[in-house]
Amino acid sequence: MALLQIAEPGQSVEPHRHRLAVGIDLGTTNSLVATVRNSIPVVLDDTEGRSLLPSVVRFHPDGTAEVGYPAHRHQSVDPRNTVVSVKRFMGRGMRDVEHIENMPYDFVDAPGMLQLRTAAGVKSPVEVSAEILKLLRKRAEQALGGDLVGAVITVPAYFDDAQRQATKDAARLAGLNVLRLLNEPTAAAVAYGLDHGAEGIYAVYDLGGGTFDVSILKLSRGVFEVLSTGGDSALGGDDFDHRLFCWVIEHSRVLPLSPQDSRLLMVKAREAKERLSAEPEVRINAVLSTGEVVDVSLTSEEFARMTTSLVDKTLASSRKAVADAGLRVTDINGVVMVGGATRMPHLRRAVAKFFGQTPLTNIDPDKVVALGAAVQANLLAGNRAPGDDWLLLDVIPLSLGLETMGGLTEKIIPRNSTIPVARAQEFTTFRDGQTAIAIHVVQGERELVSDCRSLARFELRGIPPMAAGAARVRVTFQVDADGLLSVGAQEMSSGAHASIAVKPSYGLSDDEVARMLQESFGAADSDMHARELREQLVEAQRLEEATRAALAADGDLLGEDERVEVELLLAALGQAALGNDPASIKRAIEALAHGTDEFAARRMDRSIRAALSGRRVDEVAGATVPAK
Amino acid sequence: MALPDGMSHPDHFELFGLAPRFAIDLDALERAYKDVQSRVHPDRFASGTAAERRVAMQWATRANEAYSTLRSPQKRAAYLVERAGVPINAETNTAMPPAFLMQQMEWREALDDARSDPAALDDVRRTMNGEREELIAAIERAIDETRDHAQAAALVRQLMFVDRFASEIGHADEAIHAPRASA
Repeated sequence: MALLQIAEPGQSVEPHRHRLAVGIDLGTTNSLVATVRNSIPVVLDDTEGRSLLPSVVRFHPDGTAEVGYPAHRHQSVDPRNTVVSVKRFMGRGMRDVEHIENMPYDFVDAPGMLQLRTAAGVKSPVEVSAEILKLLRKRAEQALGGDLVGAVITVPAYFDDAQRQATKDAARLAGLNVLRLLNEPTAAAVAYGLDHGAEGIYAVYDLGGGTFDVSILKLSRGVFEVLSTGGDSALGGDDFDHRLFCWVIEHSRVLPLSPQDSRLLMVKAREAKERLSAEPEVRINAVLSTGEVVDVSLTSEEFARMTTSLVDKTLASSRKAVADAGLRVTDINGVVMVGGATRMPHLRRAVAKFFGQTPLTNIDPDKVVALGAAVQANLLAGNRAPGDDWLLLDVIPLSLGLETMGGLTEKIIPRNSTIPVARAQEFTTFRDGQTAIAIHVVQGERELVSDCRSLARFELRGIPPMAAGAARVRVTFQVDADGLLSVGAQEMSSGAHASIAVKPSYGLSDDEVARMLQESFGAADSDMHARELREQLVEAQRLEEATRAALAADGDLLGEDERVEVELLLAALGQAALGNDPASIKRAIEALAHGTDEFAARRMDRSIRAALSGRRVDEVAGATVPAK
Repeated sequence: MALPDGMSHPDHFELFGLAPRFAIDLDALERAYKDVQSRVHPDRFASGTAAERRVAMQWATRANEAYSTLRSPQKRAAYLVERAGVPINAETNTAMPPAFLMQQMEWREALDDARSDPAALDDVRRTMNGEREELIAAIERAIDETRDHAQAAALVRQLMFVDRFASEIGHADEAIHAPRASA
């Protein structure tokens, strides 16, 4: 590897201290948690040795939730309170979800994101997902024997801002510190690329339970650069099950079905699909609650025929992703298959034919995403070993735009832009004395605003009254490394800061997360307090270590007074950490963070200077020897 | 973002240690970009302080902006021309040589005729690519050799037309290969 290793600010961790970090694949059908042990990524099993956790949550009248296999077993008995495939609802309203009429839930249409009325009360998909994440967090903490520093949570590459935000909210609600939201195909590429020392152009074809992604990556000299991504966040193995389910109903004429029977036949359809991967023909038997008997057989050819259009959809997305990368199919050096649904033989054949090569399947397609996420989590947590010097450069999957006159979209950040990315746009007033401007941010490729996803509505207020067209409001759209959008605004001509009122179309405020966390702990106030205290202490220690490492490496960037100020803030934090008041520790943390802001900017500047000085990098203070 | 002296405005070329010319070594650009990102990317500071993470995001954003500008011939040319003090004025200056406009009209007709014919679409693409290469060569001469930035600005406006046409070919190609509508 030709990259140079630099003693990086914030990365100087004593070698003997391993920080506990995990990668979590929060899947539509199954979820997994993995970590890096002795430099090897491993999936963490439950006490019975099972690595997959069915993404199923059953709510009980006493307010408790049952997650995984026990919930999975009861889905036909108690379908209304047993939520499967909740990932399909993340960041989605009722009109966004396909086949919603076949689902046994009691939906509540809430603005932005739908909710479910269960025996334990109304639950948002964020809360349901948080139950799955909480269980995985506990599994990891028990297996690793300590609190987690953080987690990398994977999301489909094609997830939009609303779906990503919902996932991050769920993780926060489960008490996880999110190190990064990582795109699933990119995670898989990391697992494969590092394992095989691969170089060149790779396509990752990821068909999960409910989502389809295809990413085209360039792997060179330790950099995983996503060139383009495409897919469908509402197309997955579930849809193949659904085709089969419809076929069974059609061939056994058993309509109308009760929710229990509907769920029973869905389960049978899924089992049949899985058996068809190994057998040429299967029989589907079931006895319904009405006493009716279902008994049909299906050949793999017939199954392939009824799902051709689904396979074609994935290939059309693949073709588009290749074209968006500015490449031809023949430029692809390797194809990686990810997701349990890629076990279907007719799908593998179709993908092999499209790319003109046999896809790689040697890492378990159910585990590869979690393993890649674990490797990235380990790196982000600061457990960098010599040679662990790779970088991921990912993209946003869908264009960000603004509503203009006539309900049309004006794109401001095109899809496949490498993140983080920002664009500034100037707005003006069209009436004399106008003091506010309304801005509507949308995501999608369609020309009409109504065909795109509404992300947020902003109102810029406090613009000084001026003649029409004289005010100049500069609005900055920033997409961070998690693919999440934030917006800032400033009035340029008067220098006045326009206030910005954000009304997200989805997502939770910090207050809402705090309230939900509080509720989940119920009356156990002492638990809450102990937990908060522990969290603040972990954060205090993390910040203190990072700051001391920064002082040791680059203390010369500070003047005498400045250094004294930082030392005082460190001392104040140390003092606060001796007490047991989470709020005062938090205040000291914020004070130190604020007081080292300028220092951080200077250190980054030094790091950039090193990069700019190119081959003379070894002469720069703080640099070490080239790796390999 | 508060930046120390001398570093407040490194331009896109300085950021990657490249000479400000239109003719650039794209491999060197890619290497320099990845080198910069490997130092400033937020992933390098995921366990750093909030301030470090914020500044990392800002630098990484700048590096991405610089890379996407320099990698594209159209954006790189526009950047160099405007850097020399000549505005492109793509929105206001729509005057084009008649011959160029005629050619554009012919291309559009050819594209409309090729919407269901992949081979004809390939022909349109080949013609367009040939013209695009020539236009880029002319821009390179105007910027790097004759230093005629006004001439370069006019050529950049033409290149913008051609690039827009290229993306329309892409849409047409997508439409040809779209899966047939089915239940």
